[in-house]
Amino acid sequence: MSDVMNDRIITLDYGSGGMKTSELIESVFLPAFDNEYLRGLGDGAVLDIPDGAGRPVFSTDSFVVSPWRFPGGDIGKLAVCGTVNDVSMAGGVPAYLSLSLIIEEGFLFEDLKSVAASIASEAKKAGVAVVTGDTKVVERGKGDGIYINTAGIGFAAFDIPGKKSVRPGDSVILSGSPGRHGAAVMMARAGLLAENSALKSDCMALDKMARSALEAGKGGIRILRDPTRGGAATTLSEFVEGTDMSIEIDENLIHVDPEVSAACAILGLDPLYCACEGRMLAICDRDAAPDVIKAIRKIPGGEGAAEIGKVTGGAPGKVFLKTAVGGSRILQKLAGMQLPRIC
Amino acid sequence: MYSGSSEMKPNQRKRIIDIIEKYSCITGPVNIMEVCGTHTMSISRSGLRTVLPGNISLLSGPGCPVCVTSQADVDMALELSDEKDVIITSYGDLLRVPGSRQGDSLFRRKAEGSDVRAVYSPVDALEIAEKNSDKEVVFLGVGFETTAPGTAACILDAAEKRIDNFSVLCLLKRTEPALRALIEADDFNVSGFICPGHVAVITGWKRFSFLAEEYGLPGVVSGFEPDDILCAVAELMKMIKDGKPEVKNEYTRLVRPQGNPAALRIMEEIFDTCSSRWRGLGIIENSGYRLKEKYAGFDAYRKFSLKRGDDKEIGGCRCGQIIRGVERPKDCPLFGNRCTPAEPVGPCMVSSEGACAAAYMYE
Repeated sequence: MSDVMNDRIITLDYGSGGMKTSELIESVFLPAFDNEYLRGLGDGAVLDIPDGAGRPVFSTDSFVVSPWRFPGGDIGKLAVCGTVNDVSMAGGVPAYLSLSLIIEEGFLFEDLKSVAASIASEAKKAGVAVVTGDTKVVERGKGDGIYINTAGIGFAAFDIPGKKSVRPGDSVILSGSPGRHGAAVMMARAGLLAENSALKSDCMALDKMARSALEAGKGGIRILRDPTRGGAATTLSEFVEGTDMSIEIDENLIHVDPEVSAACAILGLDPLYCACEGRMLAICDRDAAPDVIKAIRKIPGGEGAAEIGKVTGGAPGKVFLKTAVGGSRILQKLAGMQLPRIC
Repeated sequence: MYSGSSEMKPNQRKRIIDIIEKYSCITGPVNIMEVCGTHTMSISRSGLRTVLPGNISLLSGPGCPVCVTSQADVDMALELSDEKDVIITSYGDLLRVPGSRQGDSLFRRKAEGSDVRAVYSPVDALEIAEKNSDKEVVFLGVGFETTAPGTAACILDAAEKRIDNFSVLCLLKRTEPALRALIEADDFNVSGFICPGHVAVITGWKRFSFLAEEYGLPGVVSGFEPDDILCAVAELMKMIKDGKPEVKNEYTRLVRPQGNPAALRIMEEIFDTCSSRWRGLGIIENSGYRLKEKYAGFDAYRKFSLKRGDDKEIGGCRCGQIIRGVERPKDCPLFGNRCTPAEPVGPCMVSSEGACAAAYMYE
């Protein structure tokens, strides 16, 4: 055994609020996220509102994914994309993020640095600044490596009227293969993923895709969501829940990537119920649909955008799937936990 | 006639549906039963019932391993999870099966502090045992001839590596005796069987010949793609129409007449057959597997001196009748109100392969 313990680890001291906490902030977080708001290290950030900005859009999300590093990303990337996407789906342009970390004692310093680096890189891509944050350390065995909460503030650039505006004949658009994130994480967790596997999480920030779609839609987009936990099926159900509308989607129009199908077959999952972290589901006026689809396809990660079905009347609140063999079945919300802790 | 292919072109499919329709005009109303949870799910997910003529009913028999596990056995597993220094490992589906006390399940016990872990295979359970030599690791072995060989291989592996903190609560079941019990019951009302493809991979399709030879019932061993099942239904309808029952194999991609000799050998090495208790069917002679005396050290039942209590049926739950195909999920008064996949009362609503869960989620 070596005389020196080379791997620096996070100990309870780093969450004490004292010198070690300052060291963590100064050696890891400040260099990664440096910006004028954070530099002051005050208890809160006093923010600027961009000229001509719309009403503030505010959202928060917590991330407990296990394993924290997964094919196609890690918990840091996910924590930025998740909140950026929530703000974007509400028609906001994301601007500021808060970042709270709960770290389990024993977590490697180097791993924390790599999580911070992914946060910084994703935030830069999405044009958001990490302006305030917090770190706590819990005893070993009381966490699962690292948990992250982010909250995001953006400013509304588009008015999305919501499900009350949905009407029969509207198009249902999905931006790509469903289920990649859920399938990748579940396969990684089961230790079944080969190193060179094509199956990777779809985790990505959707700010640009949402903006392009909303601009191209010229007010025709009724509702926009990123189908995370519960997958596309659950989001579709939520679109019509409590309304007089129903949705009919066609299995033949939904392209599921073969590696996702294969993973789902092994794990006994349904791709339509597996989480996405980089997909967008939209209901939009049928006349606007071709332009919206074209706009989404131009954004990297949106190449597979397609109309997958239509809004219909007749069976209020229900989603129907026309199956590949020509049958019909209903799509329900996900019940219970098919996918524990995937985001 | 239609064997082999897993996916058809729409016009081929249309032709087969037309043929089935033609046959059904001659036969009149027909009940066809599948006895495999994967068939149950495939039928519901593909909406196959909506493309078949209205007078053909596809019923789900005792094919979901979680559903057929008796209440007494579920309760026994729950008791075991309370033992100090015991790690219970199980296929995920079993975790939410309700105990006979309202609100009880392995999932609940886990939340209360028992060490319960979902695994994908007994191999994972054995690994947990190797990493936790100070704990007793018990694998809840449920399933049919499909999961039996993997469980057997694991026990053999544990024996060779002398991993003495690993054991199996063996609740494994055999398909054939259950089918016989079902057929011999007074209320049996099925004209043909879609035979379980996965079971037949292990046992060989000849093992199902008794259906035609002894009971005059047609059977088709089928794969799991909706088109496989459609072909199986077409074959069955033809045999029913002609009054010429046989057992045929549609799943030629994987199933051989004599099965998988290596799997059968390892099952033979590890298991004896024994009588077993089924939900809905009661105790059936020779319908279960238990560990041979030589491997008694790996038998959780003996290792922990477990006692099987009485079967306490859950009030109002019709799972027993549903498993026998005598009632449909929607006949149950609890279906969809007190019993949903989020708050299941009976096991058929818990397992993703259960008839009630399939009906609730997809139909």
